[in-house]
Amino acid sequence: MAAQEKKKAGAFDIRVVIAALIAIYGVVLTILGIIADPEEVDKAAGININLWGGIAMLVFAALFVLWARLRPIVVPVEKAAERAVRQDDE
Amino acid sequence: MLALDSILRLDAKAIDYIIIALYFTFVLGIGYLAKRAVSNSLDFFLSGRSLPAWVTGLAFISANLGAIEIMGMSANGAQYGMPTVHYFWIGAIPAMLFLGVVMMPFYYGSKVRSVPEFMLRRFGKPAHLVNAISFALAQVLIAGVNLFLLATIVNVLLGWPIWLSVIIAAVIVLSYITLGGLSAAIYNEVLQFFVIVAALLPLTIVGLHKVGGWQGLVDKITADPKGGSTQLHAWPGTELSGFHNSFLSVIGLIFGLGFVLSFGYWTTNFVEVQRALASKNMSAARRTPIIGSFPKMFVPFIVIIPGMIAAVAVPDLQKYKQTGGGSVDYNDALLLLMRDLLPNGMLGLAITGLLASFMAGMAANLSSFNTVVTYDLIERYLIKDRDDAFYLRTGRWLTVGGTIVAIGTAAIASGYSNLMDYLQQLFSFFNAPLFATFILGMFWKRMTAAAGWIGLVSGTATAIVVFVLSENGVIDLPGQGASFVGAGAAFVVDILLSVVVSLVTKPKTDEELKGLVYSLTPKEDRSEAAQEGDHGWYRKPTLLAGISLALVVVLNVVFG
Repeated sequence: MAAQEKKKAGAFDIRVVIAALIAIYGVVLTILGIIADPEEVDKAAGININLWGGIAMLVFAALFVLWARLRPIVVPVEKAAERAVRQDDE
Repeated sequence: MLALDSILRLDAKAIDYIIIALYFTFVLGIGYLAKRAVSNSLDFFLSGRSLPAWVTGLAFISANLGAIEIMGMSANGAQYGMPTVHYFWIGAIPAMLFLGVVMMPFYYGSKVRSVPEFMLRRFGKPAHLVNAISFALAQVLIAGVNLFLLATIVNVLLGWPIWLSVIIAAVIVLSYITLGGLSAAIYNEVLQFFVIVAALLPLTIVGLHKVGGWQGLVDKITADPKGGSTQLHAWPGTELSGFHNSFLSVIGLIFGLGFVLSFGYWTTNFVEVQRALASKNMSAARRTPIIGSFPKMFVPFIVIIPGMIAAVAVPDLQKYKQTGGGSVDYNDALLLLMRDLLPNGMLGLAITGLLASFMAGMAANLSSFNTVVTYDLIERYLIKDRDDAFYLRTGRWLTVGGTIVAIGTAAIASGYSNLMDYLQQLFSFFNAPLFATFILGMFWKRMTAAAGWIGLVSGTATAIVVFVLSENGVIDLPGQGASFVGAGAAFVVDILLSVVVSLVTKPKTDEELKGLVYSLTPKEDRSEAAQEGDHGWYRKPTLLAGISLALVVVLNVVFG
């Protein structure tokens, strides 16, 4: 049963990890977009893709954090016990 | 392509390297976090069967979204245009839905830990050995292909030597899989999926803007002498299939690609099925491939469309398409577009997306390789009845061994110019006969153990004969036609021989086949009792599958 306790403690939410990486990218790209010189914007056919991409990523990251907040991971106690039984069977 | 001063060298700056480094920090961090959840071999090999369906669903398609898919499909897009979507809409979705609706109850319900183990319970040891060994072999070969592609890309884009890129990539994959096992691989696949979308979606948008929007792309391809309107419609795809007759081409695509090749790949390939086996209950396992089918049907828009754009917007590639000469080829389509369109920052993200995809492909190969070798070969035949810690350790060491072998097979892969053809051949060797044996075995209780392995071996032999004949020019089909024919022949030979052998050998008893054959499995064992978190109409596997199928039909009509 000790292993079961450990597993619950070890359950981390991948949504938060994804949101963190995308948010960092969003910040970096948005800053690059704001300080971009016109030459770089011309390269991307006139779209300031760093700026718009960065903003879109920040929005995405915020939505993911919101999802993780609204539907947190629950590990039901009786299910964990059931799983332990099933592992013993094998 | 390997020149140190390549025409494809990207102008990566410090900021791009920072973006790449950030990603790998996260990848290793996930490996470390996942390690805390590994306490026994089931945790390591099947994530303790505990993951939610959306995670396994995204991992399901990410495991396949490797180097071959991204580079190969954008190359096909540049060469053939819209017909390439068949690899997704005909060649993947129906099989994924079939896996979720029909086959998953047997895989998950019988509590097997691998696809070969199902083989063992249904057909006994000979079929099991054939399946386990051929699968392990294929995975190491494909891992080598992924590793080689990764190294060449790093070499071309950033100028690092091939051997250095091979070793660095191998060490990174190795560290997170040996630490966190399948959970680390799956979580990284989910992260990878979002990074790839974040990399390719902006590229597609900028590209489309560059050629004047969708209408601009249509006009340019219509005006292209090597393009024309056939490259703007998915059907009948004669260039892709290699059949000149439209009717034969449609038949070839539906049966060759859509039925034999794709069902063989998606429903029996343990790399894919393993992701579903890691989910938390029967309902989530069935939903895994079905949820995966939704993003899968939209992947062509960020992979094939950039390829098509590159063929009309990048002068180097335009020249190659018209004359067949020059210093680039179709495989470079995506890289050329990145080079020409993306500013620093977004460029770094695009490179990250490509690296992520190559690395995850290899990780998926290795994480299924170590499971099959540990459970199906070592525990079953070589070193039986040891404690669980022993097999957990074995799995970790096998990952190391597999990686070293993959570095060797990377050299084999370098000998083939068209990687897509090479892999299609491998799939038709191993997967088409496997699917024939599975589907017959699941629905015909009379099928015997002897028929299981004889069918498999003869089917694989047939595929190899067709391969040799087409290599020697006896069968002359350009495009993917030879693969379709090889897979089709392997399927038919397997079924015929299995039926004949079954009729003259002794079947297993009904009691032994309970849970393994459709007619002998009670309905409640085949369907899921809804558990907490499974309620709601949108969580019903068959309804979700129906919606997915309807969407694919609509896409085929719109882009047909």
